[in-house]
Amino acid sequence: MLLGSLDQYLINGLVLGVIYAMVAVGFTLFFGVLNVIKFSHGDVLMAGAFAALIAYISLQNFVSISIWMMVVITTTFAFAAMALFGAIVARFLVLPLRGAPPLNTLLITLMLGLAVREAVRLFYPNGSNPKPFPKLLPDTDIFIFGLEIRHDSLIIIFGGLAAICFLHLLIKKTRLGLSIQAVAQDSETARLMGINFQKIVLGTFALGSGLAALAGVLNGLYYNEINFSMGLLLGVVGFSSAVVGGLGSILGAIIGGFLFALLQTIGAIWFEVPAYKDVFAFVVIIAVMAWRPTGLLAETKSDRV
Amino acid sequence: MRNVILRVKERFVSISVIFVTAIFLTVFLLVEDELSFTVLMLVGGGLFYFVKRRDCFKEVIVFARQSRYGFLICIFLALLTVLIILRNEHFALFMIASVALYSTVCFGLTIQLGYAGLTNFAGAAFFGVGGYAIAVLSSENFPDILSVLTGGFMAALVGSVLILPILRTRGHYAALVTIAFALLFKTFLELNDTLGGPQGLKISSMNMFGWDFGKSFFGGSFYLNYVLFSLLVMVSIFTLTRLLEKSWIGLHWDALRIDEISSASFGINISSWKILAFTLGNFFIGLSGALYAKMLGHIAPTNFTFGDSLILISIVILGGIGNPWGVIPAAFLIIVLPEKLQFIQEYRLLLFALLVILVLLYRPDGLFKKALRSFYRGWGKV
Repeated sequence: MLLGSLDQYLINGLVLGVIYAMVAVGFTLFFGVLNVIKFSHGDVLMAGAFAALIAYISLQNFVSISIWMMVVITTTFAFAAMALFGAIVARFLVLPLRGAPPLNTLLITLMLGLAVREAVRLFYPNGSNPKPFPKLLPDTDIFIFGLEIRHDSLIIIFGGLAAICFLHLLIKKTRLGLSIQAVAQDSETARLMGINFQKIVLGTFALGSGLAALAGVLNGLYYNEINFSMGLLLGVVGFSSAVVGGLGSILGAIIGGFLFALLQTIGAIWFEVPAYKDVFAFVVIIAVMAWRPTGLLAETKSDRV
Repeated sequence: MRNVILRVKERFVSISVIFVTAIFLTVFLLVEDELSFTVLMLVGGGLFYFVKRRDCFKEVIVFARQSRYGFLICIFLALLTVLIILRNEHFALFMIASVALYSTVCFGLTIQLGYAGLTNFAGAAFFGVGGYAIAVLSSENFPDILSVLTGGFMAALVGSVLILPILRTRGHYAALVTIAFALLFKTFLELNDTLGGPQGLKISSMNMFGWDFGKSFFGGSFYLNYVLFSLLVMVSIFTLTRLLEKSWIGLHWDALRIDEISSASFGINISSWKILAFTLGNFFIGLSGALYAKMLGHIAPTNFTFGDSLILISIVILGGIGNPWGVIPAAFLIIVLPEKLQFIQEYRLLLFALLVILVLLYRPDGLFKKALRSFYRGWGKV
């Protein structure tokens, strides 16, 4: 294995790790407040990327602004659109099923994911083909510690990390974050303390979905291509990362995301057919689940009889 | 003879409901173009409203409860009529056989999910294990009846790899194990050249004890062979599932599904009962997978994606979790309806997704809710 391509693997792994971690954080947030898995998360990511693309195309046609402004506006639009969508989904599909078995929530969101996927395929012009995503970031190389890194990879890695850190601060330091933590810990007591339960749940879903849209935009910027089915695998990978890290823990989700990217990278280097990397990663995930049944950062709660 | 006539008179309403349903389904299977489909749906809706209004469904249920053999004979005759009418329709027969086999798969999932409470999101993967097992075996000139059984055994064997993680995990964590397996299995098949890669494998048609499934059956379509055999398999596995549910084995499963900790403290060995349910369920799934592959004559990884596993789970949930009776109409709905909606080609998956969402929102227990266990006749009535 050439050393030169090894640092390509490293950078690629880091970018993937950041994107996976962002998706996983969403899963962990939803699980924290409502004990549900929202499986349409991956498709929300895809829809976010498409929203950004729509914003870009319409802006490009009407106004001429600098490329950085463009990045900011398209990303904000994608974030806002998906945050709104996430809140609507929580209000009309997830909250009404609170009394039903958890499997029903899982299935209803899976079906929602399918619906979103199909809707993009059918209603976006020529939606069944991959769409080129604009190259908004500079792709010149820079050297850091002897590593050759493209500017856009660096921006994606730090942008993603900044988003996660921002979310972490939001949850730990603000009043809204405190309410989210309270609902996650014990929703009934939180209500008694005067927290508006529904508002917090909707807010959390908006936040998580917005983060997914951000991840979708970063993913599009990295590969310069998006398609309607990219959300399925990313959603499952994000879910696996969240579960392996331990559902409900943000740190666990981040660790899980980077672990999954690491496993894929190892798999890609190890096997002669690089496509075996997913098989390898999922085998290790199953093994980890057998070893630590509630994830690496285990839930400390025990069953009450 | 007079006795029989008297009884038929007494049950006239129920019997006619069963036969009208059968005829309706036959026409439904035959209809192809848009206009007649819409007309048929309207007629069906009207009939349903009429029957529901007069409480005739209740009468059918009473009939099934009070004279089981009469009811079964009635169903059998209705089915026979349908098959005689459809004897030359390849596609309709293929659909019937598919519904029978998918129902069998869902009986396996019912045992896992409905009885023992084990989530299995890799149904299509085990379905595929059965199919690939029979594809490999039939190129080796192995007797077909044995390779169908081997398909089931292989699925159970492959499933045993997952037993340890499944026993140790709960809830969403357990769901992840099977989801990861489903994804891993499809990618593995696509990359594996000995199993045909993305193109898949060809399979010879079924032939057992001199009964050649590739030839026409008494002048009808050759699919009639598969229909009869699949119905036979479905009925036997249905009977087995119901017997298990009613026996003390089912009672153990009920107990551990509802409360694991208290059933463990009453001395039920949780692990061994879960292993039994998981393995038996996978055996049934693999068995029907093998038969389905034989009927298709061709097998490829695209038949066994995660999406297909979801379709299987949707059937179980629509039918009412743990209710094998509900599985059959749910399978019919989910397998045949998308085919009938061909004329809206593009939009059918979207429509399908929205339909399941609506059912989950407004009938969270599925279309047919599982009845409570009755320990003796008239249980629950004071």
